[in-house]
Amino acid sequence: MAVPKILGVETEFGILHRGTPEPNPVTASSLLINAYLSRCSAPGDGPGAPRVGWDFIDESPSLDLRGFSAFDALAPEIETHLVNAVLTNGARYYVDHAHPELSTPECLDARELVRFDRAAELILVESMAAANEVLPEGQEIVVYKNNSDGKGNSYGCHENYLIDRATPFGRIVVHATTHFVTRQVFTGAGKVGCELPGRCRSDIDFQLTQRADFFEEEVGLETTLKRPIINTRDEPHADPLRYRRLHVIVGDANLCEVATFLKVGTTAVVLAMVEDDFLHREVRFADPVRALQEVSRDPSLRTALELADGTTATALDLQWDLLEQGRKYVEERGDVCAGGAVVHDVLDRWEDVLATLEEDPESLVGVVDWVTKRHIIDGYRDRHDLPPDDLRLLALDLQYHDLRPERSLFARVGAETLVDPIDAEKAMTTPPDGTRAYFRGRCLERWPDRIVAANWDSMVFDAGEESLRRVPMMEPTRGSRAHVATLIDDCDDIAELLDRLSSRPG
Amino acid sequence: MAEREQVRRERVERDPESAEKTVEPAVSERGKRLKEELDELLDEIDGVLETNAEEFVKSYVQKGGE
Repeated sequence: MAVPKILGVETEFGILHRGTPEPNPVTASSLLINAYLSRCSAPGDGPGAPRVGWDFIDESPSLDLRGFSAFDALAPEIETHLVNAVLTNGARYYVDHAHPELSTPECLDARELVRFDRAAELILVESMAAANEVLPEGQEIVVYKNNSDGKGNSYGCHENYLIDRATPFGRIVVHATTHFVTRQVFTGAGKVGCELPGRCRSDIDFQLTQRADFFEEEVGLETTLKRPIINTRDEPHADPLRYRRLHVIVGDANLCEVATFLKVGTTAVVLAMVEDDFLHREVRFADPVRALQEVSRDPSLRTALELADGTTATALDLQWDLLEQGRKYVEERGDVCAGGAVVHDVLDRWEDVLATLEEDPESLVGVVDWVTKRHIIDGYRDRHDLPPDDLRLLALDLQYHDLRPERSLFARVGAETLVDPIDAEKAMTTPPDGTRAYFRGRCLERWPDRIVAANWDSMVFDAGEESLRRVPMMEPTRGSRAHVATLIDDCDDIAELLDRLSSRPG
Repeated sequence: MAEREQVRRERVERDPESAEKTVEPAVSERGKRLKEELDELLDEIDGVLETNAEEFVKSYVQKGGE
């Protein structure tokens, strides 16, 4: 049986350290995050003084050039270990491989997810400002919200959905694959050129997605090599007897708010239908990986994808089918597990985007990223009469994702927004109300120097007693504002909070 | 619901050539406005573009992640 879809997104950002002869992305990522942490709070005071990462900065009271020289000398492993912070909005901000990564807190619906995704962008923008303030003159760290460097290296934007453990995995594979292959028509962030191994960059002028070139398998555990369309990582970060966390690695990072909204909103609907065994037509591609890449390489959206039963269908045909089933599902079973009240907006926008992709895709500028990017690139190419393989078009592609407000090409388009900028700013430091992220964030805000460690499903407190106390949080909807706000507000210290928590039933 | 399904069926049944012909008159008000605004957008983009595109593209090298 379907469960409410708790959502989260983890984004790895591209990073450049300019003005230094030997840039090191791990060092730059650590520096970026530490600069943000030191700007937003002093140790033990103010919002979210993080335990991990602070220790290092503590030893370098002023982040001057000398401090950074010492920093440069550290081995990457040590720095990666150092920078791993939990923020007062319930998010995790850390260095992963050679990228800054931000995982949103657990959200209740697609609209809330968009708000925290926007907050993540604002955190990165502020991080750049903080880092550049302490960097030597002539140096600068720049962050990009994309998934590819155009040279065959990719980094991810992973989505997470809480689903019922009892759902047969084979059923998830069939229907989620159909959706992941075909939703690219509105989730793609657009890319100039081809990065398929062995192929020339100029083999393709423009494709829908950043990521399709990097997928080689249908199902698997990998995320860095031989990437699969369906990732089998089984790490629920919740009660493993009740829940599975579907870890989706196939998507692009979006800048258009509507694209992010639809990416997670439509996927939540499809997964609820899978859990409740609502989809009776099984669509199987003759070759799912080939289908993924065919959809990405056809901006006309007309490619007939070969199905295993010998018939064909376009990505839009299959999306219309999923939408129709989704409407029926919500009418018959209600909205609770398909994304909550916001699902009605998801369904209406889903239909609107599919219809517009068929009739007048160009008018989705500011709604769908690949359309928006192509609009800029085509316009620029026509104005300057450039050949399709001109490097300036690649530069435009990269700069579309530049998160510096004064340089971002995306920011100049005037995209449709779903989130009030004031709410997005507030979400930089305030957790969502409806999940355990509320408990995590509020505790960090109130008792930062009493928290030894925090992760998705537990927190470890130091209440000044002989041993540390761990609070498990295996149920993602518990620890919400409704559950614990009064308790947190009423308690004078952490010992009282822990005592009252342990005396509560359940 | 019934109306929507009908609309959809018509779309699906339309053959690619007739679809091609209907693209032009179907262009929305928003599409027209976008075309008009494109010049302005490109002017603004010219003002913020990386000054040395070639060097920028070459220097943008990332390590694989995830």
